[in-house]
Amino acid sequence: MAKYMLLIYGNEQRWETMSAAESAEIDAGHVAFVNRAGVRILASGQLEPSSTATTLRGTGTGTGDEPAVTDGPFLETKEVLGGFYLLEAADLDEVVALSRELAEVRHDHSGVEITPLVHHG
Amino acid sequence: MTGSENPTAHGGADADTSDVGAAVAAAHRAHWAPVLAATVRVTRDLDIAEECVQDAYTQALRTWPSAGIPEHPGAWLRTVAGNRARDLLRRESVWRRAMPLLVEDDTVPGPQDAAEPPAVADDTLRLIFTCCHPALSREARVALTLRLVCGLSTAEVARAFLVQESTMAARITRAKKKIATARIPYRVPTAADLPERVSTVCDVVHLVFTTGSNAPVGAALIREDLVASAVGLARTLHRLLPVAEPAGLLALLLLIDARRATRTADDGQPILLADQDRSRWDRRLIAEGTDLLTEALRGGPPTRYAVQAAIAAVHAEAPDFEATDWSEIVALYDVLLRLWPSPVVELNRAVAVGMRDGPRAGLIALDDLAAEPALATYRYLSAARADFLRKLKQWPEAITAYEEALVLTDNEPERAFLAARLAEVRRAARS
Repeated sequence: MAKYMLLIYGNEQRWETMSAAESAEIDAGHVAFVNRAGVRILASGQLEPSSTATTLRGTGTGTGDEPAVTDGPFLETKEVLGGFYLLEAADLDEVVALSRELAEVRHDHSGVEITPLVHHG
Repeated sequence: MTGSENPTAHGGADADTSDVGAAVAAAHRAHWAPVLAATVRVTRDLDIAEECVQDAYTQALRTWPSAGIPEHPGAWLRTVAGNRARDLLRRESVWRRAMPLLVEDDTVPGPQDAAEPPAVADDTLRLIFTCCHPALSREARVALTLRLVCGLSTAEVARAFLVQESTMAARITRAKKKIATARIPYRVPTAADLPERVSTVCDVVHLVFTTGSNAPVGAALIREDLVASAVGLARTLHRLLPVAEPAGLLALLLLIDARRATRTADDGQPILLADQDRSRWDRRLIAEGTDLLTEALRGGPPTRYAVQAAIAAVHAEAPDFEATDWSEIVALYDVLLRLWPSPVVELNRAVAVGMRDGPRAGLIALDDLAAEPALATYRYLSAARADFLRKLKQWPEAITAYEEALVLTDNEPERAFLAARLAEVRRAARS
């Protein structure tokens, strides 16, 4: 078994202005995902809007320097991280198959990124 | 090495060294993929498996001259490579490997000494589907397939795709690392995923073939090693998979490859379809390709490869270029455009329209494509325009079009061909 981080990205403005039907479709996708993934889900969460994010950034001049604390996400992009699942699965195909349950992978502005976690044997 | 290295050899008959060289080369072509695929199941690590299979071939060169060429070279190589792998795995150092083990399903191992154990077909497919996994980039799929399934050296793969050997080595290493780390499984896809996954594999095979049969750059128009690799892969897919797409793909490759001997002149210059000596087309390949096409079209809607093969079959049937059924060709391109919309298909259709309705109509059809950004620097668009303009005796425009095509072409035989046509048109313009 291996651990994978599944990150859900999408256009934040599109998410904020979506219809009730679209919203219901996304919710249904997550219900289906959770039902199918079951105990393979180690953790999960939905993020508040990126306007609520705070970033601490290294200023790059030396070890003794204080980080710069700024308002907003680390990357200022239209597409933002909206949520995540931390999964345990046998292989990549299993995670890809599970991910197909999510409505986000069918909308033109969103998608999911699957990355394996470093295995500390 | 363990003692049982020579399980199926003829009893010690001395073999001629050149026979052995030829036998090992033949075994490399025929058995590289299945032997590697079986060894990967022992090692569950692509690099170590490759090393073991390489060792097995080296050992064949060393021992076959005295021990004789085995009756079943594939089984011999599989056994030697498998023994080598088990030896290596016993050594502790290998367990401190950097990469995780490949994920595979539990399967009952096939008998080790039979000529074609049932697991062999499955192993080869596992290797192919792993190399062509959609989670790898298209260029990584092609590189891995040529290196691991076709057994080309990294230098050969690098040469085919015009990159430095070190760049290609890094690309292959990165892809193997992703397979191991992201746990791309060493497995034949489930029935539900099979059609899509087979399409990805067919795409890789087709790309290898087109790269080989129209080398974009270089001294030769046709890279025979790539063409042979692609045809071999398509044959394997067709033999092992019960779906229609590989039949259409193999039909297409054979029908195109049937023309190989007539596509270049003795000096290496390309000969256009119109000018090829059709009596030298390989009728055996055409017959096989036509049968496969019938099989590919039976049941279910046609795949794009089947339609392309049907176009090639219409050419194969025509006694000469003018007598080609151009209406049928245009109709088939219309079907192909629906299945596989692409500017290059539009270009081919426009050329066929020109053949059906005359060069003037062809030129009009080509002009419709001039605004297509994907074709703006496409060498065959300029070349096709030049050819119609030449037929219409519009010399100044033809000269410009040939000059344009020359600027866009890096393949040396094609350049020589275009330069000769340009000279011919310039002569005509002066007289």
